[in-house]
Amino acid sequence: MTLHAARLIHLKRAVFVVALLPLITYLWLAIHQALGANPIEALTRASGDWTLYFLCLTLAMTPLRRITKQNWLQALRRMLGLFAFFYACLHLITFIWFDHFFDTVEIWRDVWKRPFITVGFTAFLLLIPLAVTSTHAMQRRLGRHWSRLHRLVYAVALLALLHFWWMRSGKQNFGEPLLLTVITLILLTARVASATQRWIQVRTSLADSRGAESR
Amino acid sequence: MLIKLPRYNDILPSEITPREIASSRRVFLQGLATAPLLASVWSASAFANEPASRLRLMAQRSAKYSVADKASSFTDTTTYNNFYEFGTDKGDPALYAGSLKPRPWTIKIDGEVKKPLTLDIDALLKLAPLEERLYRLRCVEGWSMVIPWVGFPLSELIKRVEPTGNAKYVEFTTLADRAQMPGIRSRVLDWPYTEGLRMDEATHPLTLVTVGMYGQILPNQNGAPVRIIVPWKYGFKSAKSIVRIRFTEAQPKTSWHVAAPDEYGFYSNVNPEVDHPRWSQATERRIGEDGFFTKKRKTLMFNGYPEVASLYSGMDLRKFY
Repeated sequence: MTLHAARLIHLKRAVFVVALLPLITYLWLAIHQALGANPIEALTRASGDWTLYFLCLTLAMTPLRRITKQNWLQALRRMLGLFAFFYACLHLITFIWFDHFFDTVEIWRDVWKRPFITVGFTAFLLLIPLAVTSTHAMQRRLGRHWSRLHRLVYAVALLALLHFWWMRSGKQNFGEPLLLTVITLILLTARVASATQRWIQVRTSLADSRGAESR
Repeated sequence: MLIKLPRYNDILPSEITPREIASSRRVFLQGLATAPLLASVWSASAFANEPASRLRLMAQRSAKYSVADKASSFTDTTTYNNFYEFGTDKGDPALYAGSLKPRPWTIKIDGEVKKPLTLDIDALLKLAPLEERLYRLRCVEGWSMVIPWVGFPLSELIKRVEPTGNAKYVEFTTLADRAQMPGIRSRVLDWPYTEGLRMDEATHPLTLVTVGMYGQILPNQNGAPVRIIVPWKYGFKSAKSIVRIRFTEAQPKTSWHVAAPDEYGFYSNVNPEVDHPRWSQATERRIGEDGFFTKKRKTLMFNGYPEVASLYSGMDLRKFY
């Protein structure tokens, strides 16, 4: 099924607004002092959580499109990915601003010294080239290197999950990290499965054409 | 618009207790002359989570053992808690601790003592004069509060049971009752929760057997009906809802140390120079005070209680973290 171009634009706008709702909600709560006793912690956690949710959503688009044959889903992938980057930026800002109050020396020391932060920060750095090359123009310019580059998103997701596990290891409260990891692994498996399938198809068709030549 | 919120210290009991109840309390008190425990009072409370009826505690503020910092709000200190027996989220204890029954309650004091004791909570309340102490509380997670606790020094209790020469440590055990504590179902920690102190730490005058806060009996989420407070150590050392105090020769196994030995040591003194493996302990955020536009404050050695330093002279506090 295809979606009319005009309807797709509406859909994209709607998704854009919905994707901003967490930010709006938390800003509203912050302004009304309704974030509990430790509002800063609440914002840090929320921005991290939403980064992970958007990463999972982004990763879900391709398998979902293949299963449902709804090709318009592909059109949402970039926006969702950019929202993952957006919430990752907010998460980093909470760290730089609230945790260290812009003390760059301290920030770098923390990033180097603490593997938990190093991992999270690496995930963020890896997201930057993906965000930068997310435009149509870049996609065209990079050609087939583009999809190769964008496979980095799996590394990002796994690093972000490791960061989440590590953060929770103090409380040993692994419910949410486990759920997100399972989802990510299912999505990863789906990708590997379809890649293998395509590879087999290519091989058999190659073999067929060779067979035809030799005849 | 400037809204002046009444500070805890500004409120006089007469301002918040309706007259007719205050006078009925006076009558009630006449029959209770010897008890340090005052009475059940209807407090016209501004806090939604505060039960309508609370037991007020009579206690003199100890100037010697109170810090000059501003007290945290009752709302913050009763809604932002780590009490895993009721769930790991800091909002869980306030939500779910209602199922805890702090009365009747008995506490057993045994082990290496000449006079083991099993005390009812109300007998414990009368064991020594209650005093109020405004203490800093520094959580290992990097935040802090300032709380007016009500209690008496643990040394008072220790004197009564007469520890033997073998008593080198004191172990505190928290209640672990599945029926009252929904968090027990999870395997976050090995239940029951146990904590411990070395004998000299336990007898230090700062170590407080705590039965109340803000002039009232302890709210369930804060460790009702009795907990320990050790203000120079990270908060988790101060065990809540204690059912047993045991004197031992060997160093007790403490819950967090068992769960993550490389992250939480037996001593766990507040120390800005010894980092937690995953975060720095150099600074802290004071709940309710340090906001979005303020830098975190510097954490003080021994949480600003330098008088305990002599307990650790000659010890490598990096090794004994």
